[in-house]
Amino acid sequence: MKELRRYWHSLCCFWSSSIAAELEYPLNAWVELLSVLGNLAGSIFVLKLLFGNGVALGGWSWNGSLIVLGLYTVLDGFTTCVLQPNLSRIVNHIQTGTLDYVLLKPIDSQFWLSTRTVSPWGLPGIIAGFCLICWALLKPSSSISYGLPSSGALLLAAALLIASLIILYSLWFVLAALSIWFIKVWNATEVLRYTLVAGRYPVSAYPPALRLIFTFVLPVAFLTTIPAEALLGKSSSIWAIAALCVAGICLTGSRLLWNYAQRFYTSASS
Amino acid sequence: MKWAWRVARALITSQYALMLEYRAEIILWALSGVLPLIMLGVWSGSGAAAAAGISAQQLSRYFLAAFVVRQFTVVWLINVFEEDALQGRLSPFLLQPISPLWRYLTAHISEQASRVPIVAVLLALLGIAAPGLIWLPSAGALFFGVIAIMAAFLLRFLLQLVLTTFCFWSEKAAAIDRLLMIPYMFLSGIVAPIDTFPPAVKRLAMATPFPWMIDFPARLIAGEPVNIALGFTAIIAWCLLLLPICHLLWRAGLRRYSAMGA
Repeated sequence: MKELRRYWHSLCCFWSSSIAAELEYPLNAWVELLSVLGNLAGSIFVLKLLFGNGVALGGWSWNGSLIVLGLYTVLDGFTTCVLQPNLSRIVNHIQTGTLDYVLLKPIDSQFWLSTRTVSPWGLPGIIAGFCLICWALLKPSSSISYGLPSSGALLLAAALLIASLIILYSLWFVLAALSIWFIKVWNATEVLRYTLVAGRYPVSAYPPALRLIFTFVLPVAFLTTIPAEALLGKSSSIWAIAALCVAGICLTGSRLLWNYAQRFYTSASS
Repeated sequence: MKWAWRVARALITSQYALMLEYRAEIILWALSGVLPLIMLGVWSGSGAAAAAGISAQQLSRYFLAAFVVRQFTVVWLINVFEEDALQGRLSPFLLQPISPLWRYLTAHISEQASRVPIVAVLLALLGIAAPGLIWLPSAGALFFGVIAIMAAFLLRFLLQLVLTTFCFWSEKAAAIDRLLMIPYMFLSGIVAPIDTFPPAVKRLAMATPFPWMIDFPARLIAGEPVNIALGFTAIIAWCLLLLPICHLLWRAGLRRYSAMGA
């Protein structure tokens, strides 16, 4: 318990100092807001094109696809807030040898590396994503009106969203940790970010081969499609359990990999 | 003339050697350009393309060509320049008797040269995975397509150069470039063929420089009917418009440059 409080206290210190530093650049707030709104408008425009003749996209209605897009926007905001500022720095630590100091700190190194900074500039994305989800749920559509999901569905969706955040974090962390072996992979996380764009659309919109890849190789399906199904009240219990299991496996996997990787770390500077 | 040739050769060979050092990174950058292929997946599953009069084969050829065009028109000038200006690395370049912009331009061209084998391998892998996807464009389409890619790259480079000069005034100019990426993403034809746009949006898009950077070269390579003369005229006109702006901003910016960090 005391240990937990110590970590909580450290987290508060990390985040208040990094927010203070980020607020030095107020112009960034406007740039981020504009970029989130612009990206959202563009994505909705493309979705509108895909729905051009009223045909459903992979069996998904217009409102359902908007929910998937909203979840993608939330996850992208989370990436900007926490994952990008922290995990893209691991490579620098390894390249310059400053990982030594991290490992020497009396705090778990994975915790320190994953939570050291936070950027408030992902918040517009998170808020816009949730607004889009609410709007898509409440808007009476011509075909089907979903209405408010039951409290059970909401709870399940929240659990699945947390699972997708964990999966996303683990993917990022594993890729960043690989730089212990391949020092120069600093843009591997960029590749991940660009391929995860696939999560903007429900996974059943893709051809079967890609669907398999997006479920078993790069778990895009678990990131946006499955939480969206839960919100719409049409989730199957097998997939929900699978998503929670994948999240657990990914998190323990990232933990085991980090413990294993540290054995191969040979400090760069000393 | 002879001097220019010697300088160009020296710059290109040294930058190419530098890029070969970073080949692992370039493979990753090449992989990060998969967006047109992902969009091909979405579009082929939707009936919207057929409704706009685009057949399945046309669609796959278009996006595959867009993938190649995107690979060879990537511009990352602003990110490198921002760091060089902030860390003072720009100062020694400015002392040389040649504009540092030539160095950045040759770095981009060398990077594209080192991408050629990577893109070839990616296309071969795609061909093995989905044999119907790969085709050989006609010689004419290939010839004009390559020229169009080069012209599109030049236009994209100049457009980013305008923003890059803001580095002299602001420390966060790269953030502004992210805003420019949004119309580029949605109006250039990377995520959707321009022909599927509603007429009003299409007219609006054609009035911007963006469709000429992806849509025009991609449709040329894919063997679609395109107005080649109009396309090249548009690219040249945009370049001629941007060149003096770049020149003026660059000169004004240099006067402000205070050699940070040096």
